[in-house]
Order: sequence, then structure tokens, then C-alpha cells
Amino acid sequence: MNSNYHTKTVTELSAMLQAGEVSSVELTRYFLDRIKSSDDKLNSFITICEQQALAQAAESDEKLKAGNAPALTGVPIAHKDIFCTDGVKTSCASKMLDNFISPYDATVVKNMRAAGVVMLGKTNMDEFAMGSSNETSYYGAVKNPWNLAAVPGGSSGGSAAAVGARLAPAATGTDTGGSIRQPAAFCGITGLKPTYGRVSRFGMIAFASSLDQAGPMGQSASDCALLLNAMAGFDEKDSTSIEKAVPDYSADLNKPLHGLRIGLPKEYFNIKDGGMDAAVEAAINTALDQYKAMGAELIDIELPNSALSVPVYYVVAPAECSANLSRFDGVRYGYRCDNPKDLNDLYTRSRGEAFGMEVQRRIMVGTYALSSGYYDAYYLKAQKCRHLISDDFKKAFEKVDVIMAPTTPATAFNIGEKTDDPIAMYLSDIFTIAVNLAGIPAMSIPVGFAKSSTGETMPVGLQIMGNYFAEAKLLNVAHQYQQQTDWHKQMPEEFKA
Amino acid sequence: MSIDVDEVTKIAKLACLSVNEDDVQSYATNLSNILDLVAQMDEVDTSGVTPMSHPFDAVQRLREDVVTDFDRREDFQAIAPKTEDGLYLVPKVIE
Repeated sequence: MNSNYHTKTVTELSAMLQAGEVSSVELTRYFLDRIKSSDDKLNSFITICEQQALAQAAESDEKLKAGNAPALTGVPIAHKDIFCTDGVKTSCASKMLDNFISPYDATVVKNMRAAGVVMLGKTNMDEFAMGSSNETSYYGAVKNPWNLAAVPGGSSGGSAAAVGARLAPAATGTDTGGSIRQPAAFCGITGLKPTYGRVSRFGMIAFASSLDQAGPMGQSASDCALLLNAMAGFDEKDSTSIEKAVPDYSADLNKPLHGLRIGLPKEYFNIKDGGMDAAVEAAINTALDQYKAMGAELIDIELPNSALSVPVYYVVAPAECSANLSRFDGVRYGYRCDNPKDLNDLYTRSRGEAFGMEVQRRIMVGTYALSSGYYDAYYLKAQKCRHLISDDFKKAFEKVDVIMAPTTPATAFNIGEKTDDPIAMYLSDIFTIAVNLAGIPAMSIPVGFAKSSTGETMPVGLQIMGNYFAEAKLLNVAHQYQQQTDWHKQMPEEFKA
Repeated sequence: MSIDVDEVTKIAKLACLSVNEDDVQSYATNLSNILDLVAQMDEVDTSGVTPMSHPFDAVQRLREDVVTDFDRREDFQAIAPKTEDGLYLVPKVIE
């Protein structure tokens, strides 16, 4: 019997579980089998949690039988391996944490478990979330399910590939400079980066603390709404968590879009030399026409300091990463080098041997930027520029309800294409970084396909940005589009069966 | 902005990273390129702009100084590379 559960969204699976049409154990087994039989093509998982998953599923089935179980009860999903999971290896895709069994759960993991979610396993990612292609993982590159020669994007590439290939109905991700949205765009799925502080960072291994934010990655906006309902909330264990009530993100999904004002920043369109792909732009324009047909108004706006985003980001993020990653010292947990001759040798060799090159590069940039005499010229200057970028958005949202732009300038590039050129890699995030610097929420949704440079047909993502705490608006805007189109239902040929 | 191999060695020392001799030159090139990219900030006039450290200008929340967690020393030390009698072991520091 082939039940094709992988063709169902979380919203659909939730309804089936609640109606008793399928059990969580059955569903969990189905996806575990799918991962085991297909993931050797993708390398999207670092750890599969078979026993824990089946135990959680059995527990969920009891709750479903008892009645009044929360919406996500029994739904299996995958967690990015950046989230600490009690008793389960949490590697952050680094040799440094290859032996790390977390002694506690991240708040996101705890919240999702409390909502009844079953954890299938931990997904691959760029090492310490530093990368845009998932090639910096200690566990090897992840492949794009639409073209196995292409990258899935990064840093949440394992989550995006797993959902794209429907090895998991949904997954969690984190986004510091585009790490949910860019891989969502490359793999043809829907991803949401919430407002900074909306989702707790406790137990989420820190990269750049003033930018990091966790969010859902799924097949549809309606799925992301259900997942965000479970993820979001104030947490006193995260000092930057926002004390603000969490609305029901599913409540506004069906609001009509008539009169919606969509801002189109000229800096994100018609770029002469930024590597903007014509086929990607064409797909974006078709999506904008669709919004117009649905009653929205398109308004030209300006975000004049957009070009500053990448330079500012590559000061702020490395500076914060150099401070955050100083905790990995070979003393309390993680990797320790063999036969250290003294304490300093223990520190430097443990770190030198266990961090990959991209991580070391960023630690060094950050250390330099924060070193004596350079603080004002780099970190302070960057924090001032950050204010200008944030003010651009503030002004824009006085005139428009949401801002739309491409998520990426081009479709997924090939594995190995940009590994020798860190700057080219950094610039692939040119459209996603400003959002993190300002702290606003943004989504990426699939809006069609474009031919890549090698002639493959690859997904295109539309980015929808909103004002602070406008997640419900973004989900509404995305959901209405997904009611009129079926791009989000497309599946890569190789993983259809 | 150009970073030479001596500076890379100095930065690596500050960052507590042992860097392979063979990699120093490539780090020097990469770091120089990254700092060139970052230098675009210099063209912007930021006089009078306040630095932004948090999107909502939020300040650190304070709480009552009460015990909210319990002792889990054994769990936490179980994942350490080397411990003895509840202490973390490192090479001898004082001769």
C-alpha cells in the first residue's frame, strides 16, 4: 500500500492525525523509511533519531486518542543540527562538536515537543551556520534535490533539501544573513525568518547574537503558520527575547489582499552588474502581476543604503562570531587535541584542528575588527551604518504594507563553483542580509522556475519583507498567492515517488 | 586594506587558533579581500548617527537573584574531554 504521505502538507497531515486516518507511528515510520532509502543522494541528515522518534510518536498517538491534542501532535519534522537536543548529538556540522551529546533541549525544540511534534532527526548545515551553500559542513556537502550537482543553499541547506525532497514534511532553520530564505528559494520551499527576538535563541548554538533568529521551513505558508505558532514566544532564558503575546498565525491567512500596498525597492531590481539573472527577474515579475491581479497595488520605493548590507554584515557577524566561538576551548566539551604540551597549545590546537577554514576566516576577521585600535573603524562604524539600513525600512513601511524582491539574484549555483572565492559566496546573500541587520521578518516562497547557467530548471524564490512583528501579514500575503498558484506543490522528479 | 602573513599570524594568536603554515598566505589574501569589501562603509557619512545594537533599542532585562536551576555538574562534566573529582583537567599551568 502506497499512502503517499510525502505529498501531504503539515496542515493536511495534522488533519489526518486528528481524524484518526493515520497514526503518528505509521507516519513517522513512513518518513524514517523515506530518509533511509533516499538520503544517500542528498546527505541532508547528520543524525537520524529512529528510536526517539518512534517513542515520541507512540506518546503522541496516546494524546491523540485522549482527545484535545494540539494541532501539530504526531507530526514528524526535522531539526537543524544547530538546536541542542537532549541526549542527541548536536554537532553544528563541525568537527568541534562531533562528539557533543547535548545535556538539554533548546527552547525551540522543547516548545515543539510540547506542541506534540515528533523529531525525525537533525539536518546538515554549513559549519556553525557560516556559509551559503552547505559546503562548509564537516559531514560533507548537501545536494539540491532539483539537481544533484547544485548546492541547496545555506546555511539551513539540509533542512531545505529534506523538505524539498519531502524526506520530512517540514523542518526548523535559523537565519543570520539569509540562511532560511536563500536555501528555501534554492530548493523550492517556503521559509520564514521571524522578527528578531520573536523566537527564543536559548539552546540554539550562537553565531552572531544580534542577528540570529530561528524560523520554520515548510511546503506552504499555512504550514509555516502552524509551525511558528509552536516555535514563537517569550523565553526568560534568552535575554533578547521579546515579551509580547504570540498571535494565532493561522488566523489571518484567508484575509483578501485587495488594497495591499506592495513596495518594490529599485535597488533590488534592474541591477546592471550584480549578477541578476534575467530568467529569475522574469519569474518575479510574473508573481508581481499575479499579486496585482489579486488586487494589490505595486509601489516603487527606495532603500538607498541597501548596498551597505554586505560590508556591514561582514563586520558585525564575524565580530560577534569571534566572541561567541571563544567558548570552544577544548576544556569543557567538544574536541580536544591529542597530547597538548601546555594550556595554550591545548586551546590553539584544539581550535585550529577542529574549526574549518571558513569558520577560522570569520573568527580572524572578527578578532581583527575588534582588536585594539580598530573597534571604532569597524564594529562601531558598522553599527552606525546598520542604523541607516534600518531607517530605510522604517521609512518604507510608512508607505507600504510589505516589500517584495527576489530572494536571490540567481538560482542555485553548482557545488564547487564558489568555494575558492569567499567574496563571490558572500555576495550570493546580497538580497537577504539587510533584513537581519534591521531585525524585520521576511519570507521566501516559490514562484516558478528558471534555467540555471548549466541549463537545469531550478526553483525561484520571491522574498516578502514586513515590518516588525508582521509575521501574520507575511503569512497571509504568501498564503493568498499559494491559493491561486501551485508552485509550492511542485516536487523534484527524482523524489516524486 | 592589505593584511600580510605576519599580521595573519598575529591575529591567529589573538584568536587562539593554530594556523597551518601552508594556509597563512591564503588567509592573508582572503582577509585582505574581505577588508576591501568592508571598506565600502568608509564612503558613508555617519556623523550624528547612533550605533544600533538592538532593533528595538531594548536593554538587558533584570530578574530577581534567585536559584532557578539545579545542580547538574555530573551531566555537564560527562561530556568534558577530561575531568577528575568534579574538576576539569588541563595541562599543568604553574611549574
